[in-house]
Amino acid sequence: MSIWVLRGLRDGVVTTRWPARPDDYADTWRGPARPLPGNLSSDPAAALSSDPGVDPDTLETLCPTGAITAERAGNVRVDQGRCILCGHCVAERPDVFAWSQGATGPGAAAPTREALIVPELPETDEAVEAARARLRERTTALRRSVHVRHVDAGSDGSEEWEIQALLGPVYDIHRLGVFFTASPRHADVLLVTGAGARGMTVPLRTTYDGMPDPKIVIAVGTDAISGGLLSQSDMTTGGIAATVPVDIWLAGSPPSPFGIINALLVAVGKLAPDPNPSAPARSTTGPRGGRRSR
Amino acid sequence: MMTAGVKALGDEIESRVDAGDRFAGLFATRPTQTAPITLSAHVATAGGIDTLEASLPPGTESYPALTPRLGAAFWYEREIHDTFGVVPEGHPRLAPLVRPGSPETPGDRALPRHVTGYGMFTIPHGPVRSGVLESIEYLVETPGEAIPHLNMRVFYKHRGVQEAFAGMTPVDAVLLAERTEGIASVAHALAFSHAIEQIADCEPPTTAQLVRVLHAELERIANHLDVAVRLADAAGLAVATTRLALHKERVMRLVSRLCGSRFGRGVVVPGGISAAPQLPPAQLWAELDRLAKPIAADAAALMATSSFLDRLRGTGPLTPERARQHGALGPIGKAAGFADDARLARPYDAYRALVVPSARSHLAGDALARLRVRWEEVDQSFRLLRQVADDLSERAPDLYSVTCEPASGRAVGWSEAPQGEVLYDVSIAAGRITRCHPRSASFHNLVLMHEVFAGDILTDFPFIEASFGLSVAGVAL
Repeated sequence: MSIWVLRGLRDGVVTTRWPARPDDYADTWRGPARPLPGNLSSDPAAALSSDPGVDPDTLETLCPTGAITAERAGNVRVDQGRCILCGHCVAERPDVFAWSQGATGPGAAAPTREALIVPELPETDEAVEAARARLRERTTALRRSVHVRHVDAGSDGSEEWEIQALLGPVYDIHRLGVFFTASPRHADVLLVTGAGARGMTVPLRTTYDGMPDPKIVIAVGTDAISGGLLSQSDMTTGGIAATVPVDIWLAGSPPSPFGIINALLVAVGKLAPDPNPSAPARSTTGPRGGRRSR
Repeated sequence: MMTAGVKALGDEIESRVDAGDRFAGLFATRPTQTAPITLSAHVATAGGIDTLEASLPPGTESYPALTPRLGAAFWYEREIHDTFGVVPEGHPRLAPLVRPGSPETPGDRALPRHVTGYGMFTIPHGPVRSGVLESIEYLVETPGEAIPHLNMRVFYKHRGVQEAFAGMTPVDAVLLAERTEGIASVAHALAFSHAIEQIADCEPPTTAQLVRVLHAELERIANHLDVAVRLADAAGLAVATTRLALHKERVMRLVSRLCGSRFGRGVVVPGGISAAPQLPPAQLWAELDRLAKPIAADAAALMATSSFLDRLRGTGPLTPERARQHGALGPIGKAAGFADDARLARPYDAYRALVVPSARSHLAGDALARLRVRWEEVDQSFRLLRQVADDLSERAPDLYSVTCEPASGRAVGWSEAPQGEVLYDVSIAAGRITRCHPRSASFHNLVLMHEVFAGDILTDFPFIEASFGLSVAGVAL
């Protein structure tokens, strides 16, 4: 056994200090697609029609999950809760679409479903503020230490890998006071992955009902939010919101471990949700770690 | 090849298997509600995959089951029964497998019991299990320690993947193939794309073929490391678990630096690859070196930790005879002396040009042998990756994909996932998928878990499950 004592010291400390300190991998992470701000002129119809190749319908057909809406008289919007990060739109129309960047900021955990639509709909702001206030009320009791339970409701298996990574040496979620628990009776937060397989409806609901109040549900990944490519399948509920009330929505196919950490911290009130989640990407070099855990 | 009927189909499969071919899958199709059901069986031969078919007379509700003559068809015929309601007469157990009984109340809630006797009870474990794991229900029948019988119910996370393929264009469908079994995204995308390329009769450019191998082998390393992490964790080796998890994270980060996705998603497209790797080959070389040595050193330390080996040796043994009969795939088959690696037997993409190092033969069939096979495959993968990095650095920039837009046809594509061979039987009409049947190695292999609890007890369960290294997503579809 002694061989392991020395091996354990081999690489020094490999654990990230994010979010207290910036982390390159977190800040350059490729998130869901977003429309470029330049295409959101005050007269979007004109902007679209100035290019003969751009017709709203063609833009919409770029997306296999129907995340893009390009109204003739309105703006190009991307519903990041449907984006599976295939990159078709970014590759075909780099002048209209780009990737979001960073584990916070656009594409990060959102407190309402509507906040995942970028650029934001006019009515979203108030709804986001209201959702955030409701969340705050419930999370004041949870700040120091939270226990998390995970349920797979029809994932493709990749989300589980990314959640497991949080327990590994690089992300080490324990440093933030977050622990995984086997029993829903001990859980404050429910991480749900998968498109909402019908066979998991009852087990998922039972797990949720088994948790004590206050409880917070995080939909982890685009599949959990909208069903992704399986949103139309009769065998899924097109996301898990049909079965349990979702508090935090985290897009990604799958989301990065940093994204999941961010969602967990937002969920328990250690981080405020992004004040303006649908704003265009800010400088990726900016110190994300400016917002420390309280 | 069309056979005269189910009996003739069974005879043909049997004679093929006796001649050394491998039974690789069985499924049914019915183009419309009223059309007759067709059974399609896949048989792996020396150079490819043959499809044998038999039509059931219109209106039939049953046919003589193949399972009694061909044990490996056990789950396949249950899936057919689940999907079409047609009854394979003489099948030993037709309980729901991949589809929950009704949309809201899955399956039969009563616990099936096979072993009765004084003190026997059933522990239902799942579908929501302790730990961050995929949903599956194990029904462990036990008098307390031994496990005389195990049942599995995988239908909880059935997502309707097969049906979702219908109507998609190949370009979109490859995205769904990646999400059929997320931890083997590249292998599934490859098997699907190979089917499309066969229909369209196109060949990806050499650079694209090399990049495909690059991602497929990195995926294999990440998966094998994941199995090692879970085994070390089950044995309570905290440092080993941490070290191996660090290596896995580094491999996934290398993949994301190459393509933007930690799972190699979006790389493989029918006809080639979507874009050039974002790292120059010289840097790739350095990265591979930085990974290979520490992984090999930690693997060697793990395989010299006797408290760990004690838990694996003799645990969950699969006999070579059963491995051959069943046609066990991937590391599970290799550990029991049955090696049918698609990269060697039916090479595709750049594997045709690369030297795939041959593997040692194992016969023990236990969890230890399976882990040994995985470490050898990791070593093999690094050698392949170095060849790929070399070849890529010598090549002038090249096309990354060719046009591949088949109008109509049908083909079977395959690839070797970390779990074993993946098959895609794809039909296209008017440029859209009409039917796509993925068969993961996980589906073919998971059923073997019924048979490996000879003398093993409850505390061996996590080792056996981890050593199989399968994904439920690829089973329930």
